[in-house]
Amino acid sequence: MNMVQALNSAMDIMLDRDPRVVIMGEDVGFFGGVFRCTDGLQRKYGEQRVLDTPVAEGGIVAAAIGMGVNGLKPVAEIQFADYIYPAFDQVVSELARLRYRTAGEFSSAVTIRSPCGGGIRGGQTHSQSPEGIFTHVCGIKVVMPSNPYDAKGLLISSIEDDDPVVFFEPKRIYNGPFDGDPNKPAVPWSSHPKGEVPDGYYTEPIGKAVVTRPGSDVTVLAYGTMVHVAEAAVRLAGVDAEIIDVRTLAPLDVDTLCTSVCKTGRCVVVHEATRFSGYGAELVATVQEECFWHLEAPIQRVTGWDTPYPHAFEWEYFPGPQRIAAALQAAMQGASVGEPR
Amino acid sequence: MAQRSRLHVPHPPARPGDKPDFRYVQISPAGAVPRPEITTPAREMERLAIEMVRVLDEQHTAVGPWHPHLEPEDLQVGLRHMLLNRVFDDRMQRMQRQGKISFYMKSTGEEAVSVAQAMALQPGDMFFPSYRNQGLQIVRGRNLVDLMCQCLSNTRDMCKGRQMPIMYHWGRGNIFSISGNLGTQFPQAVGWAMAAAHKGEDHIAASWIGEGASAEADFHHAMTFAEVYRAPVILNLVNNQWAISTFQGFAGGEHRSFAARALGYGMPGIRVDGNDFLAVHAVTQWAAERARKGGGPTLIELVTYRAAAHSTSDDPARYRPRDEWKSWPLGDPIERLREHLIALGEWSQERHAALEKELEAHVAACWKEAMSYGTLTDGPKLDPATMFDDVYAKIPPHLERQRAQLQAMGEARSSDGSGDREDLQRETRFAAKEG
Repeated sequence: MNMVQALNSAMDIMLDRDPRVVIMGEDVGFFGGVFRCTDGLQRKYGEQRVLDTPVAEGGIVAAAIGMGVNGLKPVAEIQFADYIYPAFDQVVSELARLRYRTAGEFSSAVTIRSPCGGGIRGGQTHSQSPEGIFTHVCGIKVVMPSNPYDAKGLLISSIEDDDPVVFFEPKRIYNGPFDGDPNKPAVPWSSHPKGEVPDGYYTEPIGKAVVTRPGSDVTVLAYGTMVHVAEAAVRLAGVDAEIIDVRTLAPLDVDTLCTSVCKTGRCVVVHEATRFSGYGAELVATVQEECFWHLEAPIQRVTGWDTPYPHAFEWEYFPGPQRIAAALQAAMQGASVGEPR
Repeated sequence: MAQRSRLHVPHPPARPGDKPDFRYVQISPAGAVPRPEITTPAREMERLAIEMVRVLDEQHTAVGPWHPHLEPEDLQVGLRHMLLNRVFDDRMQRMQRQGKISFYMKSTGEEAVSVAQAMALQPGDMFFPSYRNQGLQIVRGRNLVDLMCQCLSNTRDMCKGRQMPIMYHWGRGNIFSISGNLGTQFPQAVGWAMAAAHKGEDHIAASWIGEGASAEADFHHAMTFAEVYRAPVILNLVNNQWAISTFQGFAGGEHRSFAARALGYGMPGIRVDGNDFLAVHAVTQWAAERARKGGGPTLIELVTYRAAAHSTSDDPARYRPRDEWKSWPLGDPIERLREHLIALGEWSQERHAALEKELEAHVAACWKEAMSYGTLTDGPKLDPATMFDDVYAKIPPHLERQRAQLQAMGEARSSDGSGDREDLQRETRFAAKEG
């Protein structure tokens, strides 16, 4: 399966297993979603359970919260992560804090799915990676898979979770892994081991990172599309790096990350989102706090530049394998700064 | 017409020192507005959104097609609830002034909104209140001690000390949590009602928003989703004329009623005298029956007046005439129902005075009990370690660690008065390498 099919399968299974599950969002019903993630689900489960909505993200999340309070398990699609901001108040002030502010008396286990990231010529309104804005909010969990197998297992876990989950889907890798070189022919998921996705029910745990490439020289912390770009960068740099796919950004699996960094003594943090106050800053701080006495070199960060995502300069913006490889070499040499400040 | 555009900045008709002027409030005579069948299409009852449904006339008699014909016993219960609401508010305001609680918001002058509406709805109907709806809690039988304990953030606080006063909730009483963000509850109520319809249940939702907060996008979301899915919900817009210091013109109320906004969405809008207990009850019952029978949502604009300050942090004498309340043309909801009951021969000034005394004693006794569970400054205290509960369904590792850190600091303070001893420095889990 590709990631779209894996996500579709997760929702199909949950609609079938749990009558409380309702899918909702713009274009998700009759049409099956602009990325086809909900294709066929309305035909199979009916329009009461797979619901087209008005073009109003704030309304979608608010209605989902109310539905969750009334015992349903809404899975709401925000068509692009870039469109999530009209719903920000409902996510941050309402969804994330309902359990807390009512001392557990009310809660609403909404799952918000949203395609994120660039590399698709989407410009600044179809390419953003706003995960760091949401990991800063206590009360929600934030997930970003890097392959079809994890996407299905993690989405099922997210829907089953008693807490609200914001589930970001790196749309550049919906159809195949992407190593950061846009000039290479597209590779389908069928050629990748993580494209092997069982038809039935299974889960992947929220709160667990995974080692996708074992190594001993340096640890790379990445998630989403950047896991694949990091793999290409490691080949390019010729170092024996250990790559960790963080997968669930909040709550963070500190043990897996720091066990690796304490082993290698070096760390490169990679994300596509902008750098300043980005999620990588949290990873760097955590590694510094937990692994300081094991570090042999300053921790490196490779990220999108601190600009909006520029349409015409997509590949100059995108933190590709060359930049990551340079950071890996800087980490190996103990250079103080791998990226210009 | 001016030769070019200039910003029109709305002005209220009277500022401090001016004579109050409520000529802008369009008032229909009691009994003048027809009552359509609940099956009437929205476009055939547009007058309901422009005129004003009223039942009590100047002689305190109930007249016209909206007369709900409630039993005198029900009216007496309604009067009691409204009076209790007011007595409770007065007490809590005084306690704030004495420094016992940090903040309070009265609903003085608007008691008929919550009390008549809650009485017109069924116990299984879900309320999504705003912050001036304490009457909903009173009608549903909430122990006042619970509300007071919330305001005191004490050991019996339903919110466990996490919310400022008046942000109540009551799961068992089907009353949702109040949000300080304003307006967010409106579309959530629609979602709740959508789920009720999805499950084929008989219950409806009701929500309240101020005319000020109706300028938020949440209002538009609620109206759109409610009408698109024909959700069984009553959307109540409480037009009390003032949003802190800005009069209702700043929410767009200068030229058209708020109820008329419903027409653009294709749903019925009803403008009602919000201080007329009988009229409020009648329109709520109408909207509830319509929603319960699959007719979808109704927007009700309750025209009332915020007689007190916005909150204990506000001084309305700085932006409106000090005695404006006395000139409010729709009067006081409690006085009007009292006079109606007296006119019916079912009440008297003596009984009213006795009731007021009884309720004051009841509220005083409740306050005494509430104080025994602690205050912000005295008595038993909540354990601060509970602040880490309920962020998530299960405490994640990082919050466990933060809680342990807080507890260690507390133990240090209680043992030697210092919170930063060396042995309390946070340990990392990955100890230093040897050598």
